[in-house]
Order: sequence, then C-alpha cells, then structure tokens
Amino acid sequence: MLNEKELTRVKAFAAQIRVETLKELAHLGFGHVGGAMSIVETLAVLYGKQMKIDPTNPKWEDRDWYIQSKGHAGPATYATLALKGYFPMDWLLTLNQGGTNLPSHCDRTKTPGIDMTTGSLGQGVSCALGVAHALKLDGKDNYVYLMVGDGELNEGQVWEGAMYASAKNINNLIWFVDWNKQQLDGNTADVLDMGDLSKKFESFGFNALVVNGHCVKAIDEAIDAAKAVTDKPSVIILDTIKGYGCSAAEGVVPNHHIAFKPGQLDGDIERWQAEYEKLSAQL
Amino acid sequence: MSVTVKNVFEKAPVEMRNVLANALVEMGANDSRIIAMDADTLGSSGLKPFKKAYPDRYIDCGIQEANMVGVAAGMSATGKVPFIHSFGPFVSRRVYDQVFLSCCYAKLNVKLIGSDPGVTAAYNGGTHMPFEDMGILRVIPEITLVEPSDPVQLASILPQIADNYGTTYIRLMRKNPISVYEEGSTFDIGKAALLRPGKDVTIIASGIMVSEALKAAADLAACGIDARVIDSFTWKPLDEACVAACAAETGAIVTCENHNVKGGLGSAVAEVVCKTTPVPMEFVGIQDVFGEVGTEAWLREHFNFNAATIAAAAKKAISRK
Repeated sequence: MLNEKELTRVKAFAAQIRVETLKELAHLGFGHVGGAMSIVETLAVLYGKQMKIDPTNPKWEDRDWYIQSKGHAGPATYATLALKGYFPMDWLLTLNQGGTNLPSHCDRTKTPGIDMTTGSLGQGVSCALGVAHALKLDGKDNYVYLMVGDGELNEGQVWEGAMYASAKNINNLIWFVDWNKQQLDGNTADVLDMGDLSKKFESFGFNALVVNGHCVKAIDEAIDAAKAVTDKPSVIILDTIKGYGCSAAEGVVPNHHIAFKPGQLDGDIERWQAEYEKLSAQL
Repeated sequence: MSVTVKNVFEKAPVEMRNVLANALVEMGANDSRIIAMDADTLGSSGLKPFKKAYPDRYIDCGIQEANMVGVAAGMSATGKVPFIHSFGPFVSRRVYDQVFLSCCYAKLNVKLIGSDPGVTAAYNGGTHMPFEDMGILRVIPEITLVEPSDPVQLASILPQIADNYGTTYIRLMRKNPISVYEEGSTFDIGKAALLRPGKDVTIIASGIMVSEALKAAADLAACGIDARVIDSFTWKPLDEACVAACAAETGAIVTCENHNVKGGLGSAVAEVVCKTTPVPMEFVGIQDVFGEVGTEAWLREHFNFNAATIAAAAKKAISRK
C-alpha cells in the first residue's frame, strides 16, 4: 500500500510520463496517442513502486518483467523508461525516426528495458506466460506484468493464453486489461462486443479485479490484492479513458492513431507539467 | 564432418522420434535449460522418455500451437532452450506470425520440430501434408532450417541445434527412414555432405530423397554417367560454396525434395547457381500441387519420388548443357 508521500510521488511520476509522452507525439506529429495515454497511471505504479528493477542493468536476472502486448503504446513506455534512466531523455524525440531505438511498437532488441518484442496483437500474452512459467520452474519469486488492450482481447491467442495461465496456475503473472473501450475502428462494443470482461476471465479460472485505471492508489492496491491470491492467476481490468489527458484525443472516436497540428498539444503539455510541479512541491 | 555412406539401403532400426527423445534426455541431464513441449501430440512426438525423466520440464500445452510458440519464445527469453513439437503444418503455416515475430524478429531461441514432412504424413492426408513448410519459413531472416535424412545424422546435429543460439525448424520424419549413414558419421549444420563424387551432374537431395538420389546415381553409373550426390540437410543457411562448386565442376544440377519445388530446396539452390555459375537445372519434387491421402509407398509413386525420375532428370539436365 502506498503511503501519502509515495502516493504523491507516483502521481507526480504519472504526470511526468504524460508530459514526455505528449512531447514525443507532438514532435512526431502523429501517433498512437489513445492507448498510450490510457496506461500511464499503471506504468507509474509499476515502475515507480511495484517493480523490482535496475535501470542500470536492464537484463538483471532477478528483475520483474513488464510485457506490453499492446505494443503500439510504446511511446508511454519509452517515456517511463527514459525517466527511470534506462536511456537518455533525448532519445524520446527520435521516436519512429530512421535508425531510432524507439520504434512504433516495442522491440526487445532495440530499447533498453523493453522486455519483449510485441506488436502483432495477442502474442505478448503467450510470451509473458513463457517468461513467468520459466521463472516458476527455476523457483524464482519475480513477477511478470502483462498489459493487454481491450481490443486485443478479440484475438484468439489471448484466450489460448488465458486457458494456459489457469490450467498451469501461472500466478506470478499479473495481467492488466486496458479497458479503454475503443479499438482502431471505434468503440469496442460496436466492433466486436466482448461482453462482461470480468465474467469472461472468471469463467477462464481467473481472479478478476476492476479498478479505476487512472487512480494510482487503486491500481497499487489491486496489484497487492492480486499477489495475495496464489491459487489462480489474476487479471486487473483497468477502467480507463482512451486518450486520457490529451484534449485532442479524449472523447474522440476513433482516437487510436491521430495526427496533430503544430502546437496542438502545447496546452496539455503545460497542464501536465504544472501538475507535476505542484505534486513535486509537496514532496 | 566425417561421413560414411552405407552400402545397402534398408529401413533404419530405430525411429527418428526415439533418436530425438534420447538426445533430449541425454542433453537434459546436464542442462536444465532444455525444455520439451507438445501441443497434445505426446503420443506422436515420442517425447514420453523426456517427460518421465524431467516431468517439470515437459509441458503439454494442449491444442494451442500459437500459444505454445509464444510460451516457448518467452521461456527462451529467460535462457531456456525449448524444443516444441507438433505436426509440420501446425508449427509452420498455422503459427507463421508467431514464429516470425515472437521467435525470429525478437531474436529468441526456439527449436521447432515439425513432424511428418510431405508424403510421410501418409494416412493423415493433404490437410496434414506440408509441402510448403520450409518454403514459407525460408524467407524469415536468420532462421535455421534442417531436414535430417536418417537417425545417425539427426543424432549428430541435435546437440548443435541446442548449442547454437537462434530459432531452428527441424523437419522431422518421425518413424523409420531408410538408413543412409554408418554409425559414427558426423555432420555440421550449414555444411552439405558429399555422399558420392561425380563429374557429369550433381544431385542435391534432402530427407527421404537422399537414398533415392544415391540409387539414381548407381543407375546412372551403369549408363556411364558419373553423378555426384550431395545431402543438403541444411536448407538455411544453405551451403552456398558447395552449390557453387557443384555447378562449376559438374555443369548440371538436379534437386530432389519432399516439398513443393516452388519455393523449396531447388529454388534455394537455383538462387545460388544463377549468381555464381549458371548451369541447367531440373527439379524433382512436388510440382505445385496439394497433398493426398494414401500409403507413403503409394504417395511416392504418385508424386514420382523415385530413382528412375531422378535419373531421367539428370539425363535431361546433362542434355541441356
């Protein structure tokens, strides 16, 4: 559980991640803003509090792993990793440029701190299961955290993985579903309605939790609760807003990948920078 | 590499899957990285001895090949060396994107075992008869593709596959192939094996076609044609130096494969021949048709997988010099 100071620190970290993510996208002029902005608070809790990591040694054997199966949300993850010191901050403005180490979709061979190559939806689920299963075989206590998009749940491979997780009791893998209710073509309910996600996962043998995905306290407590359940895998369904914190994207349908006019994100960047400074002043 | 070819070609006394299981059990004794996985195919893979020896390190994933490939990729990211099995179509075309991205593009270390190649799928029929597996996988950068011809060769290359980092596809006949090599023969992945010297034509074969190629060479010798025979069990990386030398030294090439000639071993050889020493080539294999059901013997005759077809192709290639 986060104490008040930790809570403020993680909130400030989330604001910083928002600032840097928006700067990346503003510099590029377009990008996967929707799904990047919706996972920021979870990234802040993981890298700011929950995960056992060493940014100076990204391949540390005793680290916790983060596998982002929704690989297109790379910009938010890159901002997080840069802020933690995995690589220089100035790399962030190279997003998607030729020769960059920060490609549109996550690539374990290019970016320090990226634990798995993802981008073809559903595949990160199986890879995360493999990492977690191998860690269990070796008797290690590391956790693996997996981020899956709600649109990604359309993929059959996700549910193959869900069956595997339950049957093999891969309880050192904590799943997150970014339930931002949109996918590339629009609202998930309109494209391929997945129904009640909690019931779906529960029917696959999961411990399912639903939390406000923009509340760092709720996310942190959900992770602790998930860790306390050891007889089944856990999924934390993050109730989020796609494009949250980016006024050009929030409330827009669809907002999976959009272009920005020069200066269009300046107001949001200033707003989140101010939020960061306000929270930092409390520390 | 040290190769001695048998004088008489008979069915091998052991099944290829038994060689696989024994090798994995042996390697697994001193190497806890070795993992074996099936997709509800334990009854076919022959991996029961591994499961018995190391129950924690054998995983039956159930009928979910896509997940199995990804789980194996994830395991390899932690340092494990997973050998994963299903029938050829289901660890190649069914999981192409998973092999491409989670294994190869991610530069991970998964050993895929695709059993019952081509006509050896026999009674399972066209749905289960991969004539395209090597072809589709060959266009993935950095993957290694092998098709061992007999138990001696398989036993020789399996430790290399475990030790060499990178994703590898093993095109594995499960049961008893024709024995080609004397015990003690050794092979190097990436190096083609010269089985018979010759100066008039080179027959480059793989898998079940190797023994047919040797029979064809013997028949050609009776006609005064001196045919060289090469076992190109590594399709990728192809032994390009060997292919180029064969083209330059014999002036004609016949390729023989239990696979579609479009995109198969013959195509790989032709790429090298064209850019080094262009010579006439003939292609023995599946002529761009789907598989069918039947006994292996019937299928071999149906698709002209025999020494007579290879010998005729050799004569045709020579005539085009």
